Amino acid sequence: MISWITNPQHWTGSDAIPLLIGQHLAYSAVALAIAVLIGFPIGLYVGHTRRGVVMVAGTANALRALPSLGLIVLLVILFGPVFASDLAFLIPCVIVLVLLAVPPIMTNTYAGIAAVDPAAVDAARGMGYSSLGVLLHVELPCALPLIFSGLRSATLQVISTATIAAYVSLGGLGRLIIDGLAQRDYFEMVAGAVLVGALTLVVDLLIALASRFTLSRGLMR
Amino acid sequence: MTKSLLRNAVYACATLSLMALPALAADPFGTAAPKRQSKGTIIVGSANFPESQLIATIYAKALKSAGVPVETHMNIGSREVYIPALIDGSIDLLPEYSGSMLTYLDKNATASSPTDVATALKAALPKGVSILTPSAAQDADTVTVTQATATKYHLASIADLKPVAGDLVSGGAPEWQTREEGAVGLTRIYGVTFKSFKPLDEAGPLTLSALVNGQVQAADVYSTDPSMAADHLVALSDPKSLFPAQNVVPIIATAKVNPIVIKTLNAVSAALTTDDLIKMNVALGNHESFNEVAKDWLKAHNIK
Amino acid sequence: MNFDWLAGEAGDIGNFFAWHAALSVIPVVAALVMALPIGWLVKQSGVLRPALLGIAGLLYTIPSLALFVLLPLVLGTQILDPLNVVVALTLYTLALLVRTVCDGLDAVSADVLQAANAMGYRRFSRFFRVELPLAVPVIGAGLRVAVVSNVSIVSIAALIGTPQLGALFTEGLELHFLTPILTGIILCVALAVSLDGLVIFLTRQLTRWQPRS
Repeated sequence: MISWITNPQHWTGSDAIPLLIGQHLAYSAVALAIAVLIGFPIGLYVGHTRRGVVMVAGTANALRALPSLGLIVLLVILFGPVFASDLAFLIPCVIVLVLLAVPPIMTNTYAGIAAVDPAAVDAARGMGYSSLGVLLHVELPCALPLIFSGLRSATLQVISTATIAAYVSLGGLGRLIIDGLAQRDYFEMVAGAVLVGALTLVVDLLIALASRFTLSRGLMR
Repeated sequence: MTKSLLRNAVYACATLSLMALPALAADPFGTAAPKRQSKGTIIVGSANFPESQLIATIYAKALKSAGVPVETHMNIGSREVYIPALIDGSIDLLPEYSGSMLTYLDKNATASSPTDVATALKAALPKGVSILTPSAAQDADTVTVTQATATKYHLASIADLKPVAGDLVSGGAPEWQTREEGAVGLTRIYGVTFKSFKPLDEAGPLTLSALVNGQVQAADVYSTDPSMAADHLVALSDPKSLFPAQNVVPIIATAKVNPIVIKTLNAVSAALTTDDLIKMNVALGNHESFNEVAKDWLKAHNIK
Repeated sequence: MNFDWLAGEAGDIGNFFAWHAALSVIPVVAALVMALPIGWLVKQSGVLRPALLGIAGLLYTIPSLALFVLLPLVLGTQILDPLNVVVALTLYTLALLVRTVCDGLDAVSADVLQAANAMGYRRFSRFFRVELPLAVPVIGAGLRVAVVSNVSIVSIAALIGTPQLGALFTEGLELHFLTPILTGIILCVALAVSLDGLVIFLTRQLTRWQPRS
């Protein structure tokens, strides 16, 4: 397996390891960015106003129950006639990953805001903060640890699931797993799995570092 | 508080296990009993695509009416799983395709005609596993294009692709790219090299969707696929026999072979034709059940 | 929707549903039983903690087919034994739950722990009588995620032909037939929602001490 990864042949061409890692990160990043754009504002709104709590929890759970593999093939068949290009594969892939990432981001944002000490919120109100001010200057900073934890689990799931892009003819590290399986080259398959794992660890570490720098000092013991 | 917590925890576990119980009662792990079933019972398995499941259903029904006790374990995933399952005794009998099975067992196999493939397959079989007489019915790999592409480039045989392939994208299962009876052989035998290759699935829904919608222009599609007619697809002829024969053949645990089993399955293989497969696939495509289609075929051929 | 087809296949679909429910619940219960001690150990591990949690996350990236080919060698089972599915799903669920248990134990405030120490609780009894009960709300929340995600993950059991609702997806896709796909999606979501409800109910039963708003 190590020799598979270090074999120079696997570092060039259309299946070069750096290229596959780049594609893998690209799919994951696009999906996560969209998921944040969707999940974060909804979480903020629901956490702040406490409106639609039941709906958010219900939707998040319903989304989690959708099997990714079945969904992606279904979407490819539905989108196939719409685009003649690779978009017919790319869009379903991103949709599936977004659906995977939205629940943890949305529910953790909501839960983080909702868990802020009511005394702190009251104090801020008393000091004359507007509703938006309370949200931005009190609730959001206090909720950051939980929000980051949601972002981390979303990232973890998206990176490990982005392997399904390869199932619908796209790139990414899943190529190694799926091609390795098809050609019964188990070293290639294991190398793919290990690289996905390593990538997940590195990204997880980076988010952990980022959260350390953005957290308010007052929240750290 | 702790006592009630404990009580509640026990209660929780009990509820959860109770929820699971009816499910187990409905099918108490029986279909995959840990040991080979007592003498005589044959467990028929199938791969996870409709034609395999249909032929397996036909085998099971034919054996049952011949008085052989039968169980079924349909819809098992890929060859990587069901061949080890056959060897370890989880299943006993399975419909296979001679060429693909041979390539699975021997990556470097070169046999192409039905008899050569059958002979090579017999020699390559693992211990404890046998094949019976192959049927004339075939479900072969083909290079397939849409009617529109065929008309545009005047394509009838794979050889016609040579001058135009540089403009076309091909698609198929991931292993197609590196296989002799795939992209490699196309270049070596026909001099056909496509612009690029898209790794899709094994002639399944992804491949068909990509072909019909134009993400690929030529793809590996099975010859008995009902979409051939439904979606106006053209299977290009293969005059130089690049693709090996794919005769339907029963593959069985040697310990389960006996004269009744041989007689029954040989009768099925003798009656089954490629046209039958195409017709039955169309029937399945019209949402008839496996049981019905299998029953109708057995009745029409008077196999009881 | 083709209701004739539904009526004809109702028996099979019921069987799929029952299997799916069993395969969703058993691994979660097994994984929870294992995640409690493991989560506790990880919490004690200090510096090693991020690494250990990372490794738990790695379990998620093992390709399921590879797991099915390897497990029989490790367990001595036959390759189609449903036990392999249960073990595989337990591993995937464990990956989710260890972090949850860890977070749950973190949520118990240091003051409470000191009070418990002062009352003479030893490590073991403190864990079972103080920390665990107080961690139930967070663990329960994680358990909801695990149960519901598991309903989706169960479809990988299709790889070794264990009957479950995922079979409806493959069948529908191969035959270009939407009825089984929709049926499968609806039943999956229904199962997830009811299991989720069950976990909420049980969490409430276990946290009677919490004030209800």
